[in-house]
Amino acid sequence: MKLKFVAAAIAASFVAGASYAAEVEVLHWWTSGGEAKSVAELKKMMEAKGHKWKDFAVAGGGGDAAMTALKARVVAGNAPVAAQIKGPSIQEWAQQGVLADISGASDEWDKLLPKVVGDAMKYKGKYVAAPVNVHRVNWLWINQDALNKAGGKAPTNFDEFFALADKFKAAGMTAIAHGGQPWQDATVFESVVLGVGGAKFFNDALVKLDPKAIDSPTMLKSFDTLAKIKTYIDKDAAGRDWNLATAMVMNGKGGMQFMGDWAKGEFTSANKVAGKDYACVPTPGTANAYTFNIDSFAMFKVKDAAVQKGQLDLATAIMSPEFQEVFNLNKGSIPVRSGMSDAKFDACAKKSIVDFNATAKSGGLVPSFAHGMAVPSATQGAIVDVVAKFMNSNMSSKDAVAALVKASRTK
Amino acid sequence: MSKLSRASIYAVLVLAALYTLAPLWVMLATSLKSLDEIRDGSLIAAPLAPTVEPWLKAWSSACTGVRCEGLKPFFWNSLLMTIPAVLISTFIGALNGYVLTQWRFRGSEVLFTALLVGCFIPFQVVLLPMARTLGMVGLSDSIFGLIFVHVVYGLAFTTLFFRNYYVSIPQDLMKAARVDGAGFFTIFWRILMPISGPIFVVCIIWQFTQIWNDFLFGVVFAGADSQPITVALNNLVRTSTGVKEYNVDMAAAIIAALPTLFVYIVAGKYFVRGLTAGAVKG
Amino acid sequence: MTMQPDRWLPKLVLSPTLAASLLFVYGFILITVALSFTESRLLPNWEWAGVERYVELFDSERWWTSAINIAIFGTLFIALSMAIGLLIAILLDQKIRGEGFLRAIYLYPMALSFIVSGTAWKWILNPGLGLEKLVQSWGFPNFTFDWLVNPDMAIYTVVIAGVWQSAGFAMALFLAGLRGVDSEIIKAAQVDGASTPTIYRRIIIPTLRPVFFSVTLILAHIAIKSFDLVMALTGGGPGTATDVPAIFMYQFSFSRGQLGLGAASAVMMLMTVIAIMVPLMYAETKSSG
Repeated sequence: MKLKFVAAAIAASFVAGASYAAEVEVLHWWTSGGEAKSVAELKKMMEAKGHKWKDFAVAGGGGDAAMTALKARVVAGNAPVAAQIKGPSIQEWAQQGVLADISGASDEWDKLLPKVVGDAMKYKGKYVAAPVNVHRVNWLWINQDALNKAGGKAPTNFDEFFALADKFKAAGMTAIAHGGQPWQDATVFESVVLGVGGAKFFNDALVKLDPKAIDSPTMLKSFDTLAKIKTYIDKDAAGRDWNLATAMVMNGKGGMQFMGDWAKGEFTSANKVAGKDYACVPTPGTANAYTFNIDSFAMFKVKDAAVQKGQLDLATAIMSPEFQEVFNLNKGSIPVRSGMSDAKFDACAKKSIVDFNATAKSGGLVPSFAHGMAVPSATQGAIVDVVAKFMNSNMSSKDAVAALVKASRTK
Repeated sequence: MSKLSRASIYAVLVLAALYTLAPLWVMLATSLKSLDEIRDGSLIAAPLAPTVEPWLKAWSSACTGVRCEGLKPFFWNSLLMTIPAVLISTFIGALNGYVLTQWRFRGSEVLFTALLVGCFIPFQVVLLPMARTLGMVGLSDSIFGLIFVHVVYGLAFTTLFFRNYYVSIPQDLMKAARVDGAGFFTIFWRILMPISGPIFVVCIIWQFTQIWNDFLFGVVFAGADSQPITVALNNLVRTSTGVKEYNVDMAAAIIAALPTLFVYIVAGKYFVRGLTAGAVKG
Repeated sequence: MTMQPDRWLPKLVLSPTLAASLLFVYGFILITVALSFTESRLLPNWEWAGVERYVELFDSERWWTSAINIAIFGTLFIALSMAIGLLIAILLDQKIRGEGFLRAIYLYPMALSFIVSGTAWKWILNPGLGLEKLVQSWGFPNFTFDWLVNPDMAIYTVVIAGVWQSAGFAMALFLAGLRGVDSEIIKAAQVDGASTPTIYRRIIIPTLRPVFFSVTLILAHIAIKSFDLVMALTGGGPGTATDVPAIFMYQFSFSRGQLGLGAASAVMMLMTVIAIMVPLMYAETKSSG
């Protein structure tokens, strides 16, 4: 009975396989709300070009489950046409020999993308992935009312930051709204390192993993600053979702929050306006720096010629000005493609665009460590473990630096 | 039994029920609130202005990918996978349990123990080899592959349930039946099946719950067209950087659980006393 | 064929299950063992690495945290779920009115996906949002219940939520067992004038031995594989305070591209479980047979 069942199943799957030959299957983790609507734009554009979009949507913070499904598909010899993969992971996948060269679509890209972004999309000099958007991570969100009461000046360095935090605390608020989840801890950590040490130090320590930079007084000072930040966070923060922390800033229970520009979506959906209800400013000491978090689609090797054509069309569509605009308006991020009009974007996004272009020239543009843009996932994970431990225990800064040195050697 | 002790029995049962229901209350209350009320109010308070909007959205218009049709389309996928997988694995388990208790042979205890190791294999280690295997036989990304995986990893438990239920059935019963000339399947159908009600209930509850609620196998083996409801639920609930709609999330979770609850209530009817003296003699 | 069908038929019926087990359980365990000795990163890679992965594993503080956690969680979770499940089953067996209704209530937590009900528990257990705040607002300002955010106590909140989810199923199994007890024996004992508690203690519960065994195995299975539960409730936090092997294994194998290390942790976990459970299982199988 069982054999018969398997035989029938095999027959059925062959039939199914034959009828879906020229589809473009895309694995992504933008599955809900505004994010899903943003991807739907891409689908529309592909359908306009005569392709069939097969949606392989798998959610999971940062794509955990999506990556698992992707691995199973690759092992089964059945990879999708494109998958949402970002940062150094693109290189890791390319090394496995499974990514496709999309030079056919990327002739102009070197001119349109900052070098640090373009390089991340290339393997051995050829483009293998197409970038979608840029999120800025080093934002500080402040309740405007509370800020006005405290003098109205947003902090530009950590001294001013702590002075403001003291005022918030005195006013009975939780000065720093935070969610104690490892990735949020890491988000605060990287902004502190950037603010304390500057872009060059950030690059040496958290991108190049230079032991001299990691085991340095600057890193020690970063942890001391982080320890001080800890004292302004309420004890109930453990495990809190980031958006609940954002809600605290909105309703005045919390003063300010370290979070990437996706927090704007929460404010907008609650009908809060930038400059009136909340302020978005670079985190202390990082006005001339920019931690970027870029989403991208890596292209997998496919055999069928029609699907290959679809793959190149997909890459072209992703980089087209139309898609870059509509997608990023929906998602709260900014276009990665340079030279686009910012007319439709809001104040925070406009500032983000200006800073992105300026820091790309000045060298202040650095990949976000916390969001998987800077180092391989194994190393990132090990360092995040140290930071999370530091945030949730009485670990001294000295021990944290020592642990960080060890973690940075993880391969 | 005295009135007092009966009253205390009820008291304990009701208290336990209240404890069990507490999280459901939070979920229900949240699912009936607007997002603004969730942001401002206490998360565990009753809704001030109840709305069914989140339920409608979860059912038919929330996004689970580029598709924004709610959970509705995924119900069918899940049923199509769960029902065959539950029935096949339960039936094989019943036969296995029957063989392992009533038709023992040399080494059958060792075999049973060896089979039970399957209860403990972490599913994470199964994923990649299984993907490879299914890819080789052409079953990857299909509902058949998924059903197959669920049956394979359900067998250890279904066998365990039936074996441990049948083990207390007196051997004399079997001997008498065989003397009467009844064969292997006749004994199973005529004698064991009629008294297996409670264990079928337990086994089906377990398998249905496990398979309906499974996420890992579903996400890895189902393929884009046959994703089960748990994958859709996860897609609906987990945003990476989007707005979190707790009310819709909670409504969706309750909706996704309804079929399982339905099974509990329907199957529960067969939870009557099984091994009565009459049935055994019959 | 001259052989009696009853000689080979039972073995034939059992054989597909055995074949599946051999291939998909034992075969895959062997593959995992093999992987744990390789340089595998993102995907399997058969370059030999010797015991390097195990050295890394034993050097990892997180691994030891998760090992201790699973010991605490596993023991408490199994003991409490079993005790509560048995108690409720016995009480429900007293010809209770509304039994079906109550049974469904006790079982429903199993039906809910923890991806979402975990959020509900997170709110209830969070001191600033849930129980602590509620009781304080009733006029007990000194009441504290902050286990969820306390790294030393957080693992016990995982126990609370775990028991909530699984005690109902233990109850169902015990109830099936109770319903399977020959009612003649009970009647005979009642005629002899034995009290209800005595009948349960002396007669019924001893006959439930195979059920206890099933329940233990089921609960152990749930405990070892508790992934969703911990992820949804604490995410392994605060920090890594509630990390468990299932999360460790998953994160290293799939999110962090350290498949070899993930495999090594799986092997360690499996070895431990087998070392504890197999003698128990074999002894139980022998004696109940």
